Amino acid sequence: MNLSKQTYKKYAEATAEKTPCLKNCIKAFLIGGFICTLAQGFFNLYKYLGIEEETVKSLVPVTLIFIAVLLTGLDIFDDIAKHAGAGTLVPITGFANAVASPAIDTKAEGFILGVGAKIFTIAGSVILYGILSGAIYGVIYYIVKLIMG
Amino acid sequence: MLEYVYAFLTGGILCVIAQFLIDKTKLTPARILVTYVVSGVFLTAVGLYKPLVEFAGCGATTPLTGFGYSIAEGVRKAIDENGLIGALTGGLTATSAGITAAICFSFFAALFFKSKPKK
Repeated sequence: MNLSKQTYKKYAEATAEKTPCLKNCIKAFLIGGFICTLAQGFFNLYKYLGIEEETVKSLVPVTLIFIAVLLTGLDIFDDIAKHAGAGTLVPITGFANAVASPAIDTKAEGFILGVGAKIFTIAGSVILYGILSGAIYGVIYYIVKLIMG
Repeated sequence: MLEYVYAFLTGGILCVIAQFLIDKTKLTPARILVTYVVSGVFLTAVGLYKPLVEFAGCGATTPLTGFGYSIAEGVRKAIDENGLIGALTGGLTATSAGITAAICFSFFAALFFKSKPKK
């Protein structure tokens, strides 16, 4: 074979990697887009029912979380996530699954040291770094506001 | 009708970026979630995310960047109302419904469902 390392690498990437990545991205796009469209549907439904907009803003993620936790419990979520990849991970459904999945899996270890201790095994990171960066932003915002008057 | 199209496209694109990062870099799904939340806080702080929320509605609030948006918006509002203490109270207040829902629903899921062996 007269292939240099670089061309081989390019060839290997083109044949082995590109197709799954493209396929994965299309599936993530369609399923992620669908979940967000569904969320918009719930949003408009709740508003149509005359619920106050501030409440609706909380109620829509709560609805999606409920569906995602239920599907996790019924063992259906993983089957969808296997195809959807980031399509179910990135929406709030991924966060809900990250809470529900360890809760159900650690039930055998008991409700205190199992479920209670391990419920935030994955989601804990999301809450820690989300809240931390929010607090840092808050301090900066406060100082900037003081200086600018 | 158009708002559904914008929600679909924006939500879909945010998922594609994450999928691309998972496939092409060593970022694990858990790191993606953290990156998205922190990015959401940052983009809201610099004023870029709110226009996206106004444009795409749930297409921008449903992805985890929207969780970061809620945290940052909550912090900003709490500081405007109560001063510096808002930096500590705003984030969790704004996201309390989602976090409490995830905790409570997951507890009941653990109560009622059994863990199935991994396929």
